[in-house]
Amino acid sequence: MPSPSTPPDTATEAGPPLDDPHVIQRILRTASTIAIVGLSNKTQRASHFVGSYLQDEGYRVIPVNPTVDAVLGETAYPDVASIPDDITIDVVDIFRRPEAVPPIVAEAIAREVPAVWMQFGVTNEDAARQAQRAGLDAVMDRCMKIEHGRYSGGLHWMGMNTGVISAKRQAW
Amino acid sequence: MPDPSSSPTPSAPEAAVDHAFGFETRMLHAGHVPDPQTGARAVPIYQTTSYVFDSADEAAHLFELKQYGNIYTRINNPTTAAFEERVASLENATGALATASGMAAEFTVMMTLLEPGDEVVASAHLYGGTRTMFVHTLRKMGVTVHFVDPTNLDAWQAALTPQTRALYGETIGNPQGSVLDISRVAAIADAHGVPLIIDNTFCTPYLCRPIDHGAHIVVHSATKFMGGHGTSIGGVIVDGGTFDFSDYPTIADPSPAYHDLAFAETFGEYGFLMKARAETLRDTGASISPFNAFLLLQGLETLSVRMERHVANAQAVAEYLEAHPQVDWVAYPGLPSSPYHALAEQYTPRGPGAIFSFGLSPGPDGPRATGKQFIEALELFSHLANVGDARSLVIHPASTTHQQLSAAELEESGVGPEMVRLSVGLETLDDLLWDLDRAFHAIRS
Ligand SMILES: Cc1ncc(COP(=O)(O)O)c(C=O)c1O
Repeated sequence: MPSPSTPPDTATEAGPPLDDPHVIQRILRTASTIAIVGLSNKTQRASHFVGSYLQDEGYRVIPVNPTVDAVLGETAYPDVASIPDDITIDVVDIFRRPEAVPPIVAEAIAREVPAVWMQFGVTNEDAARQAQRAGLDAVMDRCMKIEHGRYSGGLHWMGMNTGVISAKRQAW
Repeated sequence: MPDPSSSPTPSAPEAAVDHAFGFETRMLHAGHVPDPQTGARAVPIYQTTSYVFDSADEAAHLFELKQYGNIYTRINNPTTAAFEERVASLENATGALATASGMAAEFTVMMTLLEPGDEVVASAHLYGGTRTMFVHTLRKMGVTVHFVDPTNLDAWQAALTPQTRALYGETIGNPQGSVLDISRVAAIADAHGVPLIIDNTFCTPYLCRPIDHGAHIVVHSATKFMGGHGTSIGGVIVDGGTFDFSDYPTIADPSPAYHDLAFAETFGEYGFLMKARAETLRDTGASISPFNAFLLLQGLETLSVRMERHVANAQAVAEYLEAHPQVDWVAYPGLPSSPYHALAEQYTPRGPGAIFSFGLSPGPDGPRATGKQFIEALELFSHLANVGDARSLVIHPASTTHQQLSAAELEESGVGPEMVRLSVGLETLDDLLWDLDRAFHAIRS
């Protein structure tokens, strides 16, 4: 597991690690609007869990899914390019088959979105490297809900190892 | 934890991701950051059954597991969470789930993983209570457990069938003092696509961390060395997050017991523990009380210093016994004479715990009577059915812990009538040797 106290393990010659805890924390701390590609309107799907959680945590979630009109009370768009320009997307979170990832990353680059994130099980290293070469932050094979829970302390309530060690009073 | 509705971004201190904290630091700090209102330094006791919700939506999301937080102490509790995260950190694991006892930890693992018709391959060198549960209670659930000589790797392999869903052993088997070759047994489990579960009670994470050697799930009776004080019954399940449950039916398939939630897909490396908590613990109700979690935390904070003294005293007592003319054998893997000495050096380099057995040379009334006379002559060793207390303990297994086993099971478990088991405590070593000396004297005369 990507325990915060273990060094990232995906640094290769091809580029910086794709599970860097600094990058993960930077994205989570600076983003406010997240486009979720493949966000399902079925409430028991993993994507719906993540979308609903991120909304509860105060992020605006923009669904990208050509098969539905709206999810979680937000209008859905068929692709990233179709999201109106007045909505600034801070990160594109991808719940799609690995083969479907490259055009999504290309759209994120074209739109100058600062980060792409591929969910747990979504692994397309070439696409991730392409994003990095274009200057985007890239995370791969990580769940945004779990990573947020790790650093916000939420996962702690479930007995999980957040890796956070501090003798300072927590600030809310 | 931050108020879930307050902020879009994590507000906890940035995790010190570039520094790996040591065992002792985590023993004292993991799982607890002083809270914003009170700044309480010690982990407070949250003696509450339930927690108010911010809104109807938040309540619904908590029940659906879409939001992390506290609902009801049968499921989770802030004091217990501090204990759980601390144990997870010490075992280099992804998370933990505390239970009412060590037996509850084992049962929770089995109920979460298994279905009727499934099989488990387990070491024959197990705590007697575990064996009884596996043979009788798991049979009622339609689960068959095959027991093998844990030191024989071919036996593990030969007992596998297509129905095998897990392997199970103890770090140090009771009463032989057999040290499990964890990485080899883990390789057998990996090749068969099933998790290896290890009961690490006798070692604690200070002496051995089975996940580092390839085990997938660890259980503890926290009643023993973790607490150390002998005040509290408790258990804990630890998941390394290293077993891929995405094809493991009970964790991967949509669960009818949680409106078709697919735990492996939804929670990834946390899927097993989330299911164990949200379904099994919810249904069995075998949860730990917050007060016991608090007491067990007090024990964890001194674990390393206590374990160092436990193993030092145990080694000295074992050496004394081995040299004693009234002792036939001593089964402590810290002795070079033990067949498990090399494995002990590999898996428990700081010392193989403080619980071991030895055989008295039978006196004129036979081995059973000699054992009883010896135990009754001890002044300082407490005669009771427990191990891992700060005080030294003694028991005669054949007439107590292993009494429910048949003669054949006793034989297979290696429990003879001459056998005495010690759990060596933290007393002054000279006093322990003085006490043993007096007891040997008493059975001589
Ligand atoms: C190795 C081992 N595992 C499990 C248990 C059961 O733990 P508890 O008594 O906390 O239920 C014991 C108790 O003696 C034990 O020695």
